[in-house]
Amino acid sequence: MDRTKGYVKNGFFPLLLVLFLGTLPFYTPAYTTVSLTSILMYVALTVSWAMFCGPTRYMSLATATFFGVGMYTSAVLGERLPFLLVVVCGGLFSFSVGLLTGFICLRLKGFYFAIFTFGLNELVRNFALWWEARVAHTVGRWLVLVDSLTIYYYMLVIVSITVLTAFIVGRSRYGLILYSIGEDEEAADHIGINVTRYRTFFFALTCFFMGLAGAVMATKWAYIDPRIAFNSILNFTPVLMALFGGVGKIIGPILGAGILTVASEVLLSRFPYYYMLLYGIIFIVIISFLPDGLIGLARRLRKETLISHAER
Amino acid sequence: MSITLVFDVAITGLIMGGIYALIAMGLNLQYGVARVLNVSHGEFVMVGAFITYFAHKLFAINPLVSLVLCGPILFIIGLFIHRTLFQYIRRSSESLDVFEGRSMLASFGLLYVIQNIALLWWGPNIKAYSYLNYPIHFLGLTFEANRLVALLFTLVMILVFYLFVAHSKTGKAIRAAAQNEKSAQLMGINVPAVLGICFGLGAMLAGLAGCIVSMMRELTPLMGFPYLIIAMIVLVLGGTGNILGSLFGGLILGGVTTVVMYVEPGLSLVVSYVIFALILLIKPEGLLGG
Repeated sequence: MDRTKGYVKNGFFPLLLVLFLGTLPFYTPAYTTVSLTSILMYVALTVSWAMFCGPTRYMSLATATFFGVGMYTSAVLGERLPFLLVVVCGGLFSFSVGLLTGFICLRLKGFYFAIFTFGLNELVRNFALWWEARVAHTVGRWLVLVDSLTIYYYMLVIVSITVLTAFIVGRSRYGLILYSIGEDEEAADHIGINVTRYRTFFFALTCFFMGLAGAVMATKWAYIDPRIAFNSILNFTPVLMALFGGVGKIIGPILGAGILTVASEVLLSRFPYYYMLLYGIIFIVIISFLPDGLIGLARRLRKETLISHAER
Repeated sequence: MSITLVFDVAITGLIMGGIYALIAMGLNLQYGVARVLNVSHGEFVMVGAFITYFAHKLFAINPLVSLVLCGPILFIIGLFIHRTLFQYIRRSSESLDVFEGRSMLASFGLLYVIQNIALLWWGPNIKAYSYLNYPIHFLGLTFEANRLVALLFTLVMILVFYLFVAHSKTGKAIRAAAQNEKSAQLMGINVPAVLGICFGLGAMLAGLAGCIVSMMRELTPLMGFPYLIIAMIVLVLGGTGNILGSLFGGLILGGVTTVVMYVEPGLSLVVSYVIFALILLIKPEGLLGG
């Protein structure tokens, strides 16, 4: 009963937010939903990155790869299947690639995982470039267009499912398992946790959400090629957003993704020439001065005010 | 398969191998010793190449003389970046694992900063200059003069650097810090200073490689990234902290990519990645690692 009560208490505000976002298109101009869609995309990617990489401390730098797998699924199957099926297929393909990757790098500990996933994206991109040029004889692919409102609702649903999953996993024993893997993998193994199975499965699960997002977003971008779909900046951006917000709680990655997406859109429209330079500077500043993200900052500030109150 | 082609592939393979080895030895100092997986490593190659280009265009300085110019400039840039950014991050990280993650992400930000300063300053256009661009006939074979010079100087630099690490006092301090930081500190080695020097030397090697690259290739501000990837592959191939491993790894990868380049150009990077993935999976400590 306590658990149900907890869900109701914690679920009230998010539910309200989803309802608000769901009815938003009825009373705001069309532009709002278009720009909200890109925020939703980053929230989906960041939350799914943080779901696995936060507790286990494995730094995956292959978000773009799984997102790109979803995009290419959408490009290849777009004309043959209904949109809903295409999106689900994007997720499933991404899940399988994630499962395979998880199996392959079972032996890799700690930092080598980051290097491997970083290389994986380059491998996939170069292979895709070669394949498109030599086998498929194209450069990029055009997608079946879907209207922006549908894309918005799809992204809203995907984000809701992702956040809900992250929340449930975080509260369940699986969340504890992931944390124990992050604390000490060998110890987790010794107390009877099948580290291999959980590690691989949850990594693949986060890839599933990335694939879903990719399959939907591809239709928004209308044209993709391997350089767009497997752009390495998308490997790092979700990491930055998650760290900016703070990975300990779900609200961290959501806040981080939301704030940084808005900030980068403002910067892009105001300083188009200096945008990437500013992006680099912001990246360095956040990594250097906000190691625990906004959540850590808030906690630190609250602690300080508590101390000053106590002293008074 | 004519004899000319064989020689052509062999020379190109050796040059590329030498350049890869230089860049990878630099990254190895930065990651193997200073624990910074410097994602912006390729950008130092680009900066070195552009310094050489502008020295040649504006002041008519011989590219080989630029080597003397590039080295110190890049060393100081690297030392400065380590002193300010990475030492700060190191002090504020609770463990070495955390530091590795944060410093890598910070260096990714650095990649964009350096790249975009270069783009804004020097423009996106492709630049090139011609240097010793004439053929040399030798034993009935034809070589391009600049390639032979590049090969010679690359090998000399590798040799000098190797002797430096193996025999100089600083080199010994670097190896000591690579093996065990705490013991090195206890033996009276100023470890923070050594780590800074390692980062600076890493940037310097990348810059020198860029100097050599600029003699043969066209330059753009975006040229650095592929060299980073190559350096990472070689780093894994030879084992982190193993300078000699990076040297051999670089030569092997240079040979392999050049051969693949002649057979199927589009796949040369893919083949290097497959090697990279296999090494990581089968022998993560590197080919020469025990």
